[in-house]
Amino acid sequence: MRIVEKRILAKGICLFVIEAPLIAKKAEPGQFVIVRHKENGERIPLTIADYNRDQGTITLVCHGIGKSTQEINQLNQGDSFLDVLGPLGLAMPIEKVGKVLCVAGGLGVAPMYPITRILKAAGNHIISIIGARSQEMLIMTEEMEAVSNQIHYCTDDGSFGHHGFVTDVLSQVLQEQEIDLVVAIGPLPMMAAVAKITKEFAVPTQVSLNALMVDGTGMCGGCRVTIGEKTKFACVDGPVFDAHQVNFAELLSRQNFYRDQEQAALHQCRIGVGR
Amino acid sequence: MRQAMPKQAAEERAQNFAEVALGYTLEQAIAEANRCLQCKRPLCVEGCPVHIDIPGFLKLLAEGNPIPALAKIKEQNSLPAICGRVCPQENQCEGRCVVGIKGDPIAIGNLERFVADYAREVGQEPVLTPAQSLDKKVAVIGSGPAGLAAAADLAQFGYQVTVFESLHAAGGVLRYGIPEFRLPKDIVQHEIDAISELGVEIVTNHLIGQTLTLDDLFEAGYSAIFIGTGAGLPNFLNIPGENLNGVYSANEFLTRVNLMKAYLPEYDTPIKVGQKVAVVGAGNVAMDAARTAKRLGAEEVRIVYRRSRQEMPARLEEIENAEEEGILFSLLTNPVEMIGDESNTVKVLRCQRMTLGEPDQSGRRNPVPVPNEYIDLSADTVIVAIGQGPNPVLLRGTEGLALTERGYIKVNDENLMTSIPGVFAAGDIVTGAATVIQAMGAGRKAASAIHAYLLEQEGN
Repeated sequence: MRIVEKRILAKGICLFVIEAPLIAKKAEPGQFVIVRHKENGERIPLTIADYNRDQGTITLVCHGIGKSTQEINQLNQGDSFLDVLGPLGLAMPIEKVGKVLCVAGGLGVAPMYPITRILKAAGNHIISIIGARSQEMLIMTEEMEAVSNQIHYCTDDGSFGHHGFVTDVLSQVLQEQEIDLVVAIGPLPMMAAVAKITKEFAVPTQVSLNALMVDGTGMCGGCRVTIGEKTKFACVDGPVFDAHQVNFAELLSRQNFYRDQEQAALHQCRIGVGR
Repeated sequence: MRQAMPKQAAEERAQNFAEVALGYTLEQAIAEANRCLQCKRPLCVEGCPVHIDIPGFLKLLAEGNPIPALAKIKEQNSLPAICGRVCPQENQCEGRCVVGIKGDPIAIGNLERFVADYAREVGQEPVLTPAQSLDKKVAVIGSGPAGLAAAADLAQFGYQVTVFESLHAAGGVLRYGIPEFRLPKDIVQHEIDAISELGVEIVTNHLIGQTLTLDDLFEAGYSAIFIGTGAGLPNFLNIPGENLNGVYSANEFLTRVNLMKAYLPEYDTPIKVGQKVAVVGAGNVAMDAARTAKRLGAEEVRIVYRRSRQEMPARLEEIENAEEEGILFSLLTNPVEMIGDESNTVKVLRCQRMTLGEPDQSGRRNPVPVPNEYIDLSADTVIVAIGQGPNPVLLRGTEGLALTERGYIKVNDENLMTSIPGVFAAGDIVTGAATVIQAMGAGRKAASAIHAYLLEQEGN
């Protein structure tokens, strides 16, 4: 699966446009792929950030946090992913509901973009709230502006837009106007905070969960999440769920289970290349 | 006397992933084959789900001709090196062997393995060629035992066969499920390569139902489709604490080790095993998971099972192997809760004592809880190995595919055709979890049915 375009969106965040005609033909907003970049590599789930059925391409955005994602970000235009499997998971159901708030933090803007685009095309009024640590870490702003009726920016350090979290702006917007649906994608603590606020306002809220996975096809159950009282597999039952039913604390601890091994792998990796 | 299978010593093998059983020498194999009585009405053949001509191959081997012996097996079985290793022969061919009535049955499985290994090692494998070339394409979904067996037969009939596999490597449970020490992966690859050489195309990274639908396959010119996707959705216990860190399905644990090779330092996929491991369940998969955990360095590995020893579904050989390697058994012990530490990682598996009551539908005595008798087992890792259900991906993406009450694919018993004309199914996705050879037998039956169906279509 050849990379036809690579862009660096921010420090450590790369965008890849990949030739994957079959996946491009079937992809819907909310779905993801699993990639492997080399023979000994992990299977890494990445959300489909865009797709072009005519050109047969899909767009992936990767944040280099662990060893594998950092190695993926070393790939260049003309290189190939060894394996790309997808589209996986269920598409997010999209209908005209009225006013929709799209809240995205950090890398979450990438998967939010196609969802927002389709929500807009379905006739919804879109208010987007985009957050990042700082101005340099804000990604895909042009794309998001093109599909939003209104857009708010927030940075943790105040270098651009509101100085503070997306949840500050969220609360404000919810107080000022009637919102029919909130979609939130970003780091788990952000999505948990959004869910808490929108629950108070009783606004239906969808989140896209990035649980750890191996196969991505329902076979291993490593991605299980508690939704209401029930265990669901994020790969085949999600990844989009009703935010008010998600047990975020459990998911956060599950995401961090291999953190120490990840750190050790990264450390070794740096020793290996003499940096 | 039945020739004993040479094995790695228990203490040694529990430290490595190399194959446990080392295989017969040619002399041993010939001596063992000579014990066969060459029955006129061989019951062993009836006991074999794919009806290998067992006396036939044993006679050739006894005469010192292992290569023709393998050719004889290959008439019925496309994966002999695998089946010789993982079939439950004691319930099949060897279970029906007449010599076994008064003594030990002929070691048919060990000999099947021997001839396949011998031919591979000397590089003289019988080359199979399709009977003819038919201008029709057949799609096979899933590259596990059912799919591979069906693909091999369909190719022999002359069809152009494409196998679609969702993972990045072919073999299904042979690849991700059964560990290296019981079924080396280079042998799996070699047997799959032999099927590819028949002209079968294997396409990985395609999840049918998502990447392509059955309709897409018909549109692409496939005249018939075989579904052999297996029962790929792991069952959990549904008890409190099951989503704690350190709790794996056997599928996940074994996939991380077998497919992703997490046990080798040069591979990037992580796994954690800790000091104390509890494996819930007592089937072959549970034994595989327990023995794998031991090899990953766990100090104490324990099988936790709610019934008694007699009811354990694993092969006796695997139970004995596990015991020799120091796996502990907590029987009549049923998990009721998993308790975690402050980091949400499992530390205790709380179990209730059980006793055996009346036999249930399966004929096994039903486990009954003993009131107020609980035991806390400490565990850093809990592996749940209590079977699997039908994977929903293909089923939900396919309109008009009739399912049973339990969610498996409904087929016509005679020809294994599903509710969609031209779509056939067999193996675990029809019957629920079974054995490698049963799935292969079902895959072969489906291949014949597809052949008959396509000939009939041709005629119309």
